[in-house]
Amino acid sequence: MTAIDERVLELDPEEARRVRQERFERIGRWMLPLAIMILAIWLWDRICVWNAIPQYILPRPGVVLWTLYNDAGLLFSSLLVTLRITFLSLALAVIGGVGLAVLFAQSKWVEMSFFPFAIVLQVTPIVAIFPLINIYVNDQTTKLLLCAWIVAFFPILSNTTLGLNSVDRNLRDMFKLNGATRWQQLRYLRLPAAMPYFLGGLKIAGGLSLIGAVVAEFVAGTTGQSSGLASRIIEAGYRLNAPRLFAALFLISLTGILIFLVLSLISHLILRRWHESALKQER
Amino acid sequence: MIREKVAQAPASDVASTLLALRGVGKVFSNGVTALSDVNLTIREGDFLSLLGPSGCGKSTALRLIAGLSTPTSGVLDWRGGGALDRSNIGFVFQEPTLLPWASVFDNVWLPLRLKGISRAKAAPAVTEMLARVHLTGFEDAVPRELSGGMKMRVSIARAMVTKPRVLLMDEPFAALDEITRFKLNNDLLELWQDERFTVVFVTHSVFESVFLSNRVVVMAARPGRVFDELAIEASYPRDGAFRTSPDYAALCRQASDVLVQAINSTAGAHHDGH
Repeated sequence: MTAIDERVLELDPEEARRVRQERFERIGRWMLPLAIMILAIWLWDRICVWNAIPQYILPRPGVVLWTLYNDAGLLFSSLLVTLRITFLSLALAVIGGVGLAVLFAQSKWVEMSFFPFAIVLQVTPIVAIFPLINIYVNDQTTKLLLCAWIVAFFPILSNTTLGLNSVDRNLRDMFKLNGATRWQQLRYLRLPAAMPYFLGGLKIAGGLSLIGAVVAEFVAGTTGQSSGLASRIIEAGYRLNAPRLFAALFLISLTGILIFLVLSLISHLILRRWHESALKQER
Repeated sequence: MIREKVAQAPASDVASTLLALRGVGKVFSNGVTALSDVNLTIREGDFLSLLGPSGCGKSTALRLIAGLSTPTSGVLDWRGGGALDRSNIGFVFQEPTLLPWASVFDNVWLPLRLKGISRAKAAPAVTEMLARVHLTGFEDAVPRELSGGMKMRVSIARAMVTKPRVLLMDEPFAALDEITRFKLNNDLLELWQDERFTVVFVTHSVFESVFLSNRVVVMAARPGRVFDELAIEASYPRDGAFRTSPDYAALCRQASDVLVQAINSTAGAHHDGH
């Protein structure tokens, strides 16, 4: 018998098994991905060494880390450029997405008329639209913003619209009975009810705005004066500077993960008191 | 239709007519006749139960009275100052129907808030109403932290905070366990006796309708209609002792018999129709 069994001696076997399992899951949730990650990095390093792969094809993890440190000035100024586009486009996606959703929610007619266009905009690959944007828009930042916005706004629009329309029927009647105006119904009922949906859309849009910013910069090329991380990657690719390529890639991934974590935290803080998704399971 | 036991108001509260439904019918767009030729007089201060099987149109009748729906035929004649303002009607739904993101206080404040009354100005009324439904101390809780019975109390407090003249209740306690339901029955009666508002209470429970009301209107289905009406001439206040009294049992049997007749009349009509 192990120590764990002793601790749960009073519990019947079924409950004891559950306690053990919960404990393993708690630890496993962090330890397993971490262990796999470390193993993968170690394997990567070993593969480079065993096969004597040259640095310009596959750099060893240590070299990537070293490049990250060495080229920090260059990479971080590029990161800031990419971040600026990402967050600006995310902000615009929130404003545009929520604004349009509220507009759609005002009347079924408006929604029926305009929602299909939003879908068209969403399903057309941004890379295919970009040449047009390139013709019509001069300013580099505006170009990138527009691209990232088109990619990011749809999940917010579609989720918020869904949320605004999924208000409990009885609650709607209750507002009607109390003589609520349209604005009051929106302010006190529909917007709060749409919050979980909006936050779900925001989480998706956060990742998409980063992707949009990077993709836009890729198709825009390195010609402009803006040099975000995508430009660094293209540049490093031309120069066979694989370590820097990896370093830039690492920064983009890290940014994406951070955006997701921050948005998840915001979502949790807003919903934790009342929404099912944010509640701990009690039974 | 059987019309022998037309109800008399208990001698103590002879009151004026508040609302008369005359020949009220409702046909939905899908062709279902929810209500047909309903004639019903609701008097000031009545505790009137609409009792009937599902599909008898009792909830539809309640929605018509609330103004959430309009009748296909017939009229709802509001006495005592023409059409009643909606703020004079409180509505309690089958589910608590609370804002899940708002605290208990904010939920009860809502009807006043919608009338433009600030939190501070509404506070005395909200606090008093919460005390009346025994929820003092739970102001800051959110609905999911409350039990089913407590949620229903919040719902009642919200409906009553505007001091409506009519309280419409649509099977409000149907989802609660019996112990909680008895308790809420008692508390509701207490509230009704203190404030003397009018209640129209939809239920499918014979026992609940007899315990609470001075009038039980039995409805039948297909089409939804008023089948019969019973006066429950037991005096208020009614409490636990009344619940176990032979009088109560006899009244329940009487109501139950009428309900069975109402159900059978439907089965007969249904059978004849085919």
